[in-house]
Amino acid sequence: MAAPERLAGHTSRVVEARTGAGGRRGLSLATREALAAYLFILPSFLGFAVFLLVPMVMSAGLSFYDWELLRPPFFVGLQNYRDLLVDPLFRRVLFNTAYYAFGLVPLNIVVSLGLALWLNTKLRGVTFFRLAFFLPVVTVTVAVSLIWKWMYEPQVGIINAGLRLMGVSGPNWLSDPVWAMPALIVLGLWKGFGYNMVLFLAGLQGIPSAFYEAAMIDGATAWHRFWKITLPLLSPTMFLAVVLTVISSFQIFDQAFVMTAGGPSNATNTIVLYIFQNGFQFFRMGYASAIAWALFAVIFTFTLIQMWLQRHWVQYD
Amino acid sequence: MMQAPVRVVSAGTSSRLLPTLLRTVSYLALTLLAILCLIPFVWMALTALKPENEVMTNPPRWLPSVLAWSNFPRAFSFYPFGRFLWNTLLVAAAATVLQTFVAVLAAYAFARLRFPGRNVLFMAYLGTLMIPQQVTIVPLFLMMRATNLADTYWALILPSAFHAFGVFLMRQFLLTLPRELEESAYIDGASRFRVLWQVLLPLSRPALATLVLFTFIREWNAFLWPLIATRTLEMRTVAVGLTLFTGQYGTEWHLLMAAATVTILPALIIFALAQRYYIEGIALSGFGGR
Repeated sequence: MAAPERLAGHTSRVVEARTGAGGRRGLSLATREALAAYLFILPSFLGFAVFLLVPMVMSAGLSFYDWELLRPPFFVGLQNYRDLLVDPLFRRVLFNTAYYAFGLVPLNIVVSLGLALWLNTKLRGVTFFRLAFFLPVVTVTVAVSLIWKWMYEPQVGIINAGLRLMGVSGPNWLSDPVWAMPALIVLGLWKGFGYNMVLFLAGLQGIPSAFYEAAMIDGATAWHRFWKITLPLLSPTMFLAVVLTVISSFQIFDQAFVMTAGGPSNATNTIVLYIFQNGFQFFRMGYASAIAWALFAVIFTFTLIQMWLQRHWVQYD
Repeated sequence: MMQAPVRVVSAGTSSRLLPTLLRTVSYLALTLLAILCLIPFVWMALTALKPENEVMTNPPRWLPSVLAWSNFPRAFSFYPFGRFLWNTLLVAAAATVLQTFVAVLAAYAFARLRFPGRNVLFMAYLGTLMIPQQVTIVPLFLMMRATNLADTYWALILPSAFHAFGVFLMRQFLLTLPRELEESAYIDGASRFRVLWQVLLPLSRPALATLVLFTFIREWNAFLWPLIATRTLEMRTVAVGLTLFTGQYGTEWHLLMAAATVTILPALIIFALAQRYYIEGIALSGFGGR
């Protein structure tokens, strides 16, 4: 933050040179610069306050009320949070969401890192491969969820048809409580690995080739170079990728809503889907708000844990 | 450009035959993976072009016997899909314009002007990025209901136009521009707004392109909020509209896949044309565009 401060003073001097000391209307230059700044920020801040800050405060407040929309709300203190602790369905959706996140994140990191390393080997046509691997990231989640639902179709879907060719009889994927969540994880992997791959590619481009050349002179094997150079220098990127992928995995909703509606028998019900059901199907506004803050607490906790863990494996310099 | 570690090693350890072989295998394997990755899109397009009686065959057949282009108009009359497309286009475009405009103005103040509370306010913006969007949806729904804005374009546009990400991205970019560029304009007596508009913005095209792309694609793909904020069929967006095809009378897969193709195409075309900005944006910000 030091550089902008210094430079800001610089502009003030330039402006001073233009208008002469004192300026118009007797306001000091610093005051006029501040006023201008507030004017520039005003449109953004108004929207930010009305559509982000106020709803956040309201949501926190609502979580202390029992409110079924058509009846008047009444204050219940921490009751919603106490209910959450003993709600078996909430425990279930918490478990399901964690299952999804911890199933998906390691797969995602391994695949995206592996492909980034592969594409970084001076191949021709990197643009084409990058495009192919990245396309799922920018396509409408609802649309691709429906495509995969069609592919997972047990009788006429192409996934089980492919398995039959290999002599395996595939499960009923989305209607099997055991296989429904793995099916969502596979879709999540396909939809998301391209993003981290691009992140890793950018990180790899930032590693100076001199390091590899020096290691090669010392006779280090490719395996050694990966563990001693690539991985340590890539660890800040890796940290970012892991944190962001965990956060977005905990917010899974579209796929679960579209493909299984949380079923069969809540096997794929997730935290956000549970917020939706409580808020907009049962109209329990207070309880839905409490679940939303529980989601925040979960995400926040895992982010803090990772911030703490990073001291042991991320190298900055 | 960095040296390719893998290639250098193989060149150093063996004759020229092995590297060529490795390279060929490498290409083949990558191409196979790329094809595997694109199969869902291919299967979508093929299903969209099949006559109704060829959709549900066991084993599934890849190619349609005739190209049933009529699935597309049929999908559009099955539900008012043209209307969904128009709604989504309008909402995504309006939210993008609004987001870009307010973000640029605020980012300029954060990057270039000194004022009391600047760091605290910027930290507040960054802090909201930590809060999941789902925390605000219940109060937003209640606000829209109370102001009679529910089920209107405003309800879809406004809440998504003030995301802190835009301010963050533009500020980071403006900080990389040298100040000397603006000084002569200030000395010539140009106002701050004019300097921003005529000097800084033309130089910010890559960041602007990234922000526009991220915002448009995010809005085009949005699902949870449009699902909550709209009620009538006329106000639905494409993402919500697609789910209607999986109705209680079983799914018309060929029509659904035709609609899905039309839904996916705009984002695909925009991305293919401007992928450079998208990818640079990920590298610049480290997040966003997910």
